[in-house]
Parts: sequence; structure tokens; C-alpha cells
Amino acid sequence: MEIRTLAAIVAGKAAGVASRVLGRGGGTAVAGLVAERIDPGFVRRLGAQAGHGAIAVTGTNGKTTTALMLSRIAREAGLAPLHNRSGSNLMRGVAALFVQEASLGGRIADAARRLAILEVDEATLPLIVPAVRPRVVVFTNLFRDQLDRYGEVDAVAQAWARALDDEPADMTLVLNADDPGVAHLGAGARGRVLYYGVDDTGAAVAGDEHASDFRTCLRCGAELAYDATFYGHIGHWRCDACGNRRPAPDVRITRVEQGEDATALRIVSPAGELRVTLPLAGLYNAYNALAASAGAIALGLSADAIVAALDGFSAAFGRQERFRVDGHEVWVLLGKNPTGLNQVLRAIAAREGRKRLLFFLNDGIADGRDVSWIWDADYELAQPQAEWVLAAGTRAEDLALRLKYAGFGGDVPVEHDARAALRRAIAETPPAGTLYVVPTYTAMLEVRELLARRDGSARHFWEDA
Amino acid sequence: MSAPALRVAHLYPRLMNIYGDRGNIMCLRRRCEARGIGFELTDLSTGDRLDPAAFDLIFAGGAQDREQRGVAEDLLATKAAAVREAVERDVVLLAVCGAYQLFGRSYRESTGVELPGAGIFDLRTEHPGPGAKRCIGNIVAEWGAPDGTTRTIVGFENHGGRTRLGPGARPLARVRRGFGNNGEDGTEGAVYRNAIGTYIHGSLLPKNPALADHLIATALRRRHGEVALAPIDDRAELRAHEAALRLR
Ligand SMILES: [Zn+2]
Repeated sequence: MEIRTLAAIVAGKAAGVASRVLGRGGGTAVAGLVAERIDPGFVRRLGAQAGHGAIAVTGTNGKTTTALMLSRIAREAGLAPLHNRSGSNLMRGVAALFVQEASLGGRIADAARRLAILEVDEATLPLIVPAVRPRVVVFTNLFRDQLDRYGEVDAVAQAWARALDDEPADMTLVLNADDPGVAHLGAGARGRVLYYGVDDTGAAVAGDEHASDFRTCLRCGAELAYDATFYGHIGHWRCDACGNRRPAPDVRITRVEQGEDATALRIVSPAGELRVTLPLAGLYNAYNALAASAGAIALGLSADAIVAALDGFSAAFGRQERFRVDGHEVWVLLGKNPTGLNQVLRAIAAREGRKRLLFFLNDGIADGRDVSWIWDADYELAQPQAEWVLAAGTRAEDLALRLKYAGFGGDVPVEHDARAALRRAIAETPPAGTLYVVPTYTAMLEVRELLARRDGSARHFWEDA
Repeated sequence: MSAPALRVAHLYPRLMNIYGDRGNIMCLRRRCEARGIGFELTDLSTGDRLDPAAFDLIFAGGAQDREQRGVAEDLLATKAAAVREAVERDVVLLAVCGAYQLFGRSYRESTGVELPGAGIFDLRTEHPGPGAKRCIGNIVAEWGAPDGTTRTIVGFENHGGRTRLGPGARPLARVRRGFGNNGEDGTEGAVYRNAIGTYIHGSLLPKNPALADHLIATALRRRHGEVALAPIDDRAELRAHEAALRLR
């Protein structure tokens, strides 16, 4: 082990401890940042110790949930996952994971059973691929998200293609066949490609959705046609001008039955037929489960492990996560871009009864400073069942105006402070009733922190294990 | 004279919709319907021809680079001449962000390639090169409203190109905070006859109801004479506008 690498571990651990003592959100990022600065080859050297190699998960929506599903599957399969949780999905977050897991002598414990499962920010993928050389990369989907930070979806698509330009030929790409922006990556792939998709057109929506980011063919530029749209631009697409079309998926959902709190899936795959009862609502979670299954199959994990892990799954951090507060049930559903938010609103609308809704809109760096995306999301979906609504966050007034347009009335109350907003919303929720909280990313961190304090079963996010 | 109705053409609603442009259409519709004014919306996409006599207001929004290239070709081939003719007949045009650039005389890409524009506005846009910083952030600009007062326009801008006006266009507003046309001369947007171009999205019109009403009144005037726009409940609109004035 190089001295520089050992120094990076020591300094990283010290920085993490110092930051945690000071109460700065777990210190995960700081530890990684320090280690990376001391030894730029740190991630590569530590990652190489994992006996089962690495799998990376990237995409706009669903990567946290998909990576967590993969982690549970790996555990069921008898492996010991190394998993960067809590949304620390930049290079420094991955580095922090290894700082945390390494001994002062530079060893990862139980290395032979280790599989690194890395959630990777879509713009960070080009750095991660050469550093970690993952065996498998899973792509969930590509939507517009934080235009002021990532640029347009095309910029992300190009960065991905470049990242894969000199991919090792033994790397498997797991691609969403139903997303033209993701499926496109398969055309230039040098290694194995495993496509996944939903065949059951019974899950399609009528017409197409406004929040759709790939309208035109990436090969020839003509407008795409759809035989079925599931959400956003996800569906059975084809280009009549050049013949480009949705690839036939290798791992596919042949039947999906959506319940209020659970989704039954029949998945046909090279590993056989899988029957899963996923305890999460929403078609987007069916896609997450499908992506995780395809990733696990690419790694050679067993169908039994997949089914057991998905049947017993509980939600990731702030994604359809439930809390108990003073006898009330509080659901937290992250909604950070138009397509993701629409899926969340559909999942809420699919549940019975009148709803109490607390929407948050923050404009922090991690949310995107530009909040214009709320005009591309369909808050209208949640309006008919709304009994009470509050607009919260740093941009609560923008949100209240959007909600007015969605039919919630011209006097939607606003509240900037997260604590005050939660207190008001919980006070409005009848005993044994459910409150739905739909925050953007930084608001989700605040909300979760506040709720965790009031719910004895929850933990601080850096303890989430 | 017919009962007042606002006939709106939305250019490339599927391809140019990147920064919440839908909100601008929703706003026009809402502010018309709240006053009993009809609202007729026509979507015009690739290949569709535009009848310069058929509309009171033409709207076009922002696009991604890839889509903007395709739109630019189609615009020049099937719609530019008709839009120009409509503007000369005092039809209202609102062009936001990418459309604002396309409706100028030319756009020079970061690679140096010069693309012709539709030539509605006397302006040229240049991208200073791949290394240049984009103009991104909250923006507040001061607009000389037709009633003689100075009002603020608030929103968000995100553009790589720098736009400079020629003598045939005047600025829509003066930048109080943000970049505006080029980050240097303090101008934001352009006006020619009843055509308005701007970099401000966010959505533009919902949070700037005075500008929205100005467009509606101007658009209706041609066929219906002066149509009084009764006051409507703008509490949420003004609250959002005021909050935007305080943003950094
Ligand atoms: Zn094509």
C-alpha cells in the first residue's frame, strides 16, 4: 500500500470525525474530498480490493432506490455490499465510502465477499468509469434535471457516450430500452448490453405527457412516434424516418398490477421468470425494481436473491419513506424534476381518500437554482383529492402560484421554514390520518432530519445502514 | 365586431418547451378566460405553415441545442416569412430565450459557425466560445410599461449566447440584477413594433401579470379595438413577484 494512500485514509477519517463532531451532516463528503486531494488514485486502489468488483448505477431518477435494491439483493446472495448511501454520489462521496470502510492499514475488511454498489451522479459517471472500472453500469433514465447545473439533457447524453468511449470490453451495460436517451448508448457499446423494459402496455397512459425530454430521434433528428407511453418519454418508441426503435428487452416486465401500497410484477429474464410483490407504489418503482433485477442478472446473482430482496424491500431515504409522528403517518416522496414529480403525484393520486399535501420547493445548489421546471410538472394530478395544501420552502411563493394554476385556489398558504411547515401540516392531519410531504432534494434532507427526531424508529441519515 | 377572442399560435410546443414555457400559455389562457375573453390556441409544429392573418399573438419558447438546430431550419423554411409579415401587421410576438435568438438576424455558435435567423428583430447573437461562462441566474429588469410607469420584470435566465441590438430594435428593459442581453450594456430583451423578445423565463408571464396583460390588450386591439381588461385576483401572482425581487 502506498504511503500516500494510507495518508489519505488517515486524513480522511480525521476530517470525517471532525466534521461529525461539528454536526455538519455526517462529514461524508469532507472525508472523501480530503482523501481524494491527498491521493488522486485513492478510489481506484481501494476499489480494486472488492472481490466481486463494482456495479455503478446512474441516471436522472431512481438511482438511489435502484442502488439500494441492488444492495439488498447482493446481501441476499451472500455478498457483503459496499454501498455509498445517502445521496453522496459524487466522486468525493465514493471516496468517502472507501475512507470509512478501510482500516488504517489500507485494507477493506472481508474483501473477498465485497461488491461495490455505487450510486453515481449522472455528470460524475465519466470520472467513475475509469477510476473504478465497474463490471456493470446500470442506466435508469435521462430527464431534464437542474438545467442550470447539468445543462441540457443532450449534454448529459454526450458525457455518457464519451465516458463509455474507452470502456473495457468486459463491462456490461444495463440499459432502459424504453428510454430513447438511454437505449441509444447500446448502439456504440463494445461489451455486452442487457436491455430492460416494460412489455405490458396495460400500464401505459393515454396520449403523451408534457414533461417529455426526448422528442426527436438521436440518430436522425426526426420526431419520435410512440406505440405506448408509460411516463415522460418512457415507452415503446420508434422513428419512422430512419427505422431506429426501442430494442427488444432481455429483462422485461410482462405483467404489472399496481396497488395502493404495492406493485405485483412478473419479470421474464435470461435467469428465468421472477414473480415479485414490491411493497412500493408507482410505475417508476416498477422500473427501479426492473433495473435492479437486470443489474443483478448481469452480475450473475440468483433469481431467488432478487425476488427475496424485492419482496422485502423498504424505501430508500426520502423516496416513499414512511414515518410515524404522534400517531400520524407521514409519507415523504422526493419530487425534484418534472417527470419524477409527476410519477410521485400519480402514486399519491392512486391512493384512496382525501389528501393533506405539503409541497416544498427549494432553490439550493443541489435542487437547481432555476425553479421554472414546476410549470412543466402536473400538480393538477393531485388537486381533485386535496383537502388541505401548504406551499413551503425557499421558493414557496412560486410554488403557491403554480398550485393556484393547478386549481388549488388563489390563497394557498406559504411557509418558508421547514420546521414550521411540518408543524402546521401535522396539526392539520387528523389522528391516524396520512400526511403527504413532497420535497425537493435539500428540503427532503431537512424534512427527514426533522421527522427522524420525532420518529423513534428512524435514524440520522449518516447512520442509515 | 365579433366577441373578443385571443387567437394564439404556439410555435413548436413539443420541441421548444424547455424552461417552463407552458406556464406562459397557461397564463394567457387564464387571464383571458377570467375576463370572459375567448382563447383559441393553435399548435404549429415542424412542417406546419403559419397564416399571418390568422393570429393575434404568436408565442415561441426555448429549446435544447439539438432541437433548436432542427427548429431553425424549419422556421426559415416554413414560418419565418409569415411571422415577419404578421409582425409588420402589428400582431404580437413573444419570443423567449432560444426563440428570441432565432428571431434575430444571426446566431454565431461557439464553434464560430454563423447561422442565419428569421430577422424579425435587428439583433445578432454570438456565443463567445466553449470555455465561456453561461449567463445563469435570477434576473430583475425594469420595464417602461405603456402606462408610463416603470415596472419590474422578474424571472430566471440561462443562456450562453450574448445578444447585441442594432438600431432597428430597442431594449425591452434595463437590467437591475442579472445579465440580460450580454451582461455588459445593461439591456434586456428587444422590442420591434408589437414583437417582444426576452431571455427571461421562469415562467415569464405568470409572475409578471402586468406584462401578460399588456400583451393581451395589445393583441386584442387590432381586431376588437380597446378591450378593457377588468382587474382579477392577482394576490398569488404579486406575492411571487415581490418574493422574486428579493432573491439573490
Ligand atoms: Zn431516426
